[in-house]
Amino acid sequence: MRPKRVTFRHRWLPYALIAPQIVITIVFFLWPASQAIYQSVLRQDAFGLRTEFVGMANFGRLFSDPLYLESFWTTIAFSALVASLSMGIALILAVMADRVIRTATAYRTLLIWPYAVAPAVAGVLWWFLFNPTIGIAAYAMDALGYDWNHYVKGSDAMALIVIASAWRQVSYNFLFFLAGLQAIPRSLTEAAAIDSAGPLRRFWTIQLPLLSPTVFFLIVVNVVYAFFETFGVVHATTSGGPGQATNILVYKVWRDAFEGLNLGSSAAQSVILMVIVIALTAIQFRYIERRVEY
Amino acid sequence: MVENRPLLTFVQHAVLILGAALFVFPIYLAFVASTHDQVTVARGIPLLPGGEFWNNYSQVLGEGISTAGAPPLSLMLFNSMVMALSITLGKIAISLLSAFAIVYFRFPFRILAFWTIFITLMLPVEVRILPTFEVVASLGMLNSYAGLSIPLIASATATFLFRQFFMTVPDELTEAARIDGAGPMRFFKDILLPLSRTNLAALFVILFIYGWNQYLWPLLVTTDESYYTIVMGIQRMANAGEETPQWHLIMSTAILALLPPVAVIIGMQSLFVRGLVEVEK
Repeated sequence: MRPKRVTFRHRWLPYALIAPQIVITIVFFLWPASQAIYQSVLRQDAFGLRTEFVGMANFGRLFSDPLYLESFWTTIAFSALVASLSMGIALILAVMADRVIRTATAYRTLLIWPYAVAPAVAGVLWWFLFNPTIGIAAYAMDALGYDWNHYVKGSDAMALIVIASAWRQVSYNFLFFLAGLQAIPRSLTEAAAIDSAGPLRRFWTIQLPLLSPTVFFLIVVNVVYAFFETFGVVHATTSGGPGQATNILVYKVWRDAFEGLNLGSSAAQSVILMVIVIALTAIQFRYIERRVEY
Repeated sequence: MVENRPLLTFVQHAVLILGAALFVFPIYLAFVASTHDQVTVARGIPLLPGGEFWNNYSQVLGEGISTAGAPPLSLMLFNSMVMALSITLGKIAISLLSAFAIVYFRFPFRILAFWTIFITLMLPVEVRILPTFEVVASLGMLNSYAGLSIPLIASATATFLFRQFFMTVPDELTEAARIDGAGPMRFFKDILLPLSRTNLAALFVILFIYGWNQYLWPLLVTTDESYYTIVMGIQRMANAGEETPQWHLIMSTAILALLPPVAVIIGMQSLFVRGLVEVEK
């Protein structure tokens, strides 16, 4: 962006203005992050008395640890499910709301507020619904012949955290899809309608292609959400269980540090997560640049 | 609407209403559960609210759930409010100032400062849990409002938003202010701040929700019950060891925990939508 032509001159004022943010960034972001990198190449004994340099050994052990690899796959499956479920429902609702333009705002009000519900609270609400003894959803499934029990069945537990995480995210996706749909010029859809293309045909040939930048952007946002912001959902409901079924990466990094007290391994996991965030942020910026061009 | 298709319109409204109902259902059921006593909830939830509303809410607000080691909710709500407001106001204040410095001054290390701020985008708490905890512990900030809020107030997104906005402020305004003899801070206070009002409000909505819904961080830095926030406290009640969870009280807590941010979103809907779209740009 073009820099300002007119600026102020002052010897110390700009430094004073920027100092609070820089100090907080260094103390609470850069220093801990460098500590994580530093600790990831060390190994400490259980009492923290002796520390030795082990190079890449912590990483090597992680990637040969079946539990860690399993957690990796769990996380990937989890984020794919959350992203596709929440985006799919949001897209259907947004397409519907886009057509009934007059009442779109009323529906928007009804649909956006779950975004305000904290992931942990969302988890507790759905946990209550699916509680095997008193939950109404578990009861309904029992009536349909399915014995729901997320305390025992890994797939049920996974379904529970996927639903709780996706529920909240539908609102967000809905807003962006609706904005994207409303930005499509009416003349395009009208022209297609005159050429006798039905609503479904118009959706596939006009709306969805023009929406593709929004779709890509939301995929990245949803994956970031599922990877990093769903700690609360897991911690408040399944605690990673049963077994390892819902032990996603951010939950594992916390558990290994605070319950397992395995500092080197936890630090190495932090570093791997950092690499993932940096990659996702880079992709996000690329697509946002693209989005502007469209 | 492009063409008139009554059947399709009907289907659309049906889908939307079904969707909205599906969204409201968990909250409705939580509310219903919060108005019954323990026995009724344990027997299977009725579909209509009961008469225990005042009892349940006054119990959680006044006494808390002692068996789960949770303090009264009024205290947790207060803590959440303090944390959410400090994070929100803190983020806005430091981002405004640093964006002002980056846009309106030329100084050595300007680009370096910009990138230092930018990098916070890539380091959410979740990826540096233990070392950040160690820093806060060594600064003696565990179990304090400062520990709950200050580590979270650095924000690249807010700084970017203000930077973007300041870039669109016409240079003529700055020139006019300079000719009239206004210094940089006077210009900031009398011209930039009033111009940023809408952006400030939109950002306030987004950041308040972000701050209120913090979970992992309060879980790490508070061991003293008197600093629990409501969003993390609810988990303690739900996982109260051997005890049967007191669902009617847990659901009262859930309702109270989600009420403030939901009220903010519904009350300031247009600002919220604007804020969300701006932040992601």
